[in-house]
Amino acid sequence: MPKVTIDGKEFEARDGQSVIQVALENGIDIPHFCWHPGLTVAGNCRMCLVDVEKIPKLSIACATTVSDGMVVHTQNEKALKAREDVMEFLLINHPLDCPICDEAGQCKLQDYAFSHSRGVSRFEEEKVHKEKRVPFGPTVLFDAERCISCSRCIRFGEEIAEQPVLTFIQRGDQVTIEPYPGTVLDNPYSMNVIDICPVGALTSRDFRFKARPWDMSFTETVCPHCARGCNIRVGTRDNQILRLEPRPNPNVNDFWMCDMGRLESYPPVNAETRISGAFLHHKKVSLDDAVQAIANALKKYRPEEIAFIASPYASVEDNFAFLEVAKSKSKIVGYFSHHAGENDKLLIRADRTPNAYGLKILGINEFDSTIKESLKTGKIKMIYALEDDFVSQGVLSLDKIEFFACHATNESKTTERADVILPAASWAEKEGVFVNFEGWAQRLNPAVETTHHVRGLDHMNQSRLDRFASKFDRWAQGRKIDALESWQLAEMVGIHLGMKTNHLYTEDVFEKASSSVAGLAGLSYEKIGSLGHPVAGIGKEIKMSFYREVYQQNTQDHAEILEMDIHAEA
Amino acid sequence: MQYRSKYNNPKPNRKLSLWEKLYLPEIARGLLTTIKHLFRPKFTRQYPEERWEAPAAFRGRPVLVMEENGQERCVACGLCSRVCPPLAIEVQASETDLLKERYPVRFEINMIRCIFCGFCEEVCPEEAIVMSKDYELVYRKYDDAIYGKDKLLTPKKDLKDRLEYLREMRNKT
Repeated sequence: MPKVTIDGKEFEARDGQSVIQVALENGIDIPHFCWHPGLTVAGNCRMCLVDVEKIPKLSIACATTVSDGMVVHTQNEKALKAREDVMEFLLINHPLDCPICDEAGQCKLQDYAFSHSRGVSRFEEEKVHKEKRVPFGPTVLFDAERCISCSRCIRFGEEIAEQPVLTFIQRGDQVTIEPYPGTVLDNPYSMNVIDICPVGALTSRDFRFKARPWDMSFTETVCPHCARGCNIRVGTRDNQILRLEPRPNPNVNDFWMCDMGRLESYPPVNAETRISGAFLHHKKVSLDDAVQAIANALKKYRPEEIAFIASPYASVEDNFAFLEVAKSKSKIVGYFSHHAGENDKLLIRADRTPNAYGLKILGINEFDSTIKESLKTGKIKMIYALEDDFVSQGVLSLDKIEFFACHATNESKTTERADVILPAASWAEKEGVFVNFEGWAQRLNPAVETTHHVRGLDHMNQSRLDRFASKFDRWAQGRKIDALESWQLAEMVGIHLGMKTNHLYTEDVFEKASSSVAGLAGLSYEKIGSLGHPVAGIGKEIKMSFYREVYQQNTQDHAEILEMDIHAEA
Repeated sequence: MQYRSKYNNPKPNRKLSLWEKLYLPEIARGLLTTIKHLFRPKFTRQYPEERWEAPAAFRGRPVLVMEENGQERCVACGLCSRVCPPLAIEVQASETDLLKERYPVRFEINMIRCIFCGFCEEVCPEEAIVMSKDYELVYRKYDDAIYGKDKLLTPKKDLKDRLEYLREMRNKT
């Protein structure tokens, strides 16, 4: 265990660590562009220059391995001067694009230009002009002028996505990045290059110019696209989801997420087809009437004629409350799993549902063939289902069912046939727990308001616009859906059946679930936190995440700091 | 008890001299002042027939500069919206095929919120939003007070004074 002294403080390091790793782990920020904890060391940006005693010239912290007794200075005159010089070099040909650049506000180059640069350019010649708006593929747009040649995107393609199509061409100030002739940047992880790009050279074609990062509220939650449950941050403005971005969690998704999760999970939440308010025979009725209709039907049919279909798209709490209702009425409880494609090496799972493991813990199993048969033959006359579109996925037809009630977030072939539809909050509008395929319990947080939410009172993240909007402001008129979390709806049905279940918060439901279900024993919202926790019986090692703080480009905090500055001045 | 404020105390706060106590000479002095003003130049203006032309430094309602080709200069960077103390400005950007890549598909200033501070003009990197000389703002409905691009876009030639003034001020510092 080598001992290193950085800025006068002694730290214990592990063998083979680089100076920058030791520094970041111990909360010393060394500015860097090309180094990324998830990629190999390239050492070409020269931003992380530090002064190491007994080495005559400055060394780059990312490629200098620590040795015992090493003394490093990150803040002495020599190092600071070197950083200023590097910044000046990088800014020579960098265009003044910040007003039109999507990265502005979360740009490393912009931040460092404030903190590590002279602020004045001595370069009076005309900047080198290169191509702007070059499509690299279906998802990514490249601006050659903004590129600082850090090679993060090239290394990502080689090391993580395993699609090495990008490369440097030309030399000196003419250097730029291009895909090899005849290839395009098109792989399931291509959009991660946008996140790791330290400047705005790579931008998302999907998000382009939709909003400024300081105008958005960011909420930490979990991607609902597959059983991996990548940790994400949801960016919203005007109560609309505008983009998703991964947040680092070494136990689940490292630093990445897939393009499908990024592009396909949020449009349904914003879609016009959202179900708002309860429907009885496709007529809008009060929620109470709709719930009453379900309760009446549950009383009307005999237990063996009723099937309860839980959902791997719903959270543990939703399924738990649903199961309580189901247990009081029938023995036929199960769910349909949804698979597509195959597991890949990195993140994507064939199981396209986020919470199948959670159902397993609760003791809900997939329907076996005999029940599937009886659903078809008309033995079962009533179905009560959680949010799951099994009709369009072709696993079940509802032709022989007399009464079909479901919770739903969006209109679909399933809701077309439904006698009663209860409006369920989507994954972005509720609290809850998803358990991923490895048994990792992770929390969802509401990012979008329903009519039952108040951003400020429900501890939801608020951007400046959200905080100061009045009802007269047009920018505060975002759509709100009249929907409740599924467990609330299920409990309402339960109350109409005479059950005594009345929880106030989602957390209370989870507490009850963790005290009564063995698989969830010992878990609480606090313990799960923002990085998740393995459920009972999973002996998985919990990896620490050192780079979390550094690697969360938390624009929210950024905005808040700015806000505080302004208030301090005033 | 009767409340007496110090403002409606009828007692004078100084002693009057004999000359003042005589009363009539003071009346004559007052009339003289009035008569003097009859022959001085007039301050009042016959508004709205007679209008006041504001100087270039005047901060009237903020407007967007429209180039000769009919396009706004604005690139929808959102800095005006960010700096606006009363949050009067809303900008929604979108992509354009023009060289500037980005333009405001919606640009709204809520004139009821606006406090005419001119921060938007000061922060604008493109000199695209400037304070005009327009000080006549009337609305009958709340919605009328929200000015969209149709009301904000002003041809560059109408804003010549202000643009020149801004350049002058910039060169000064």
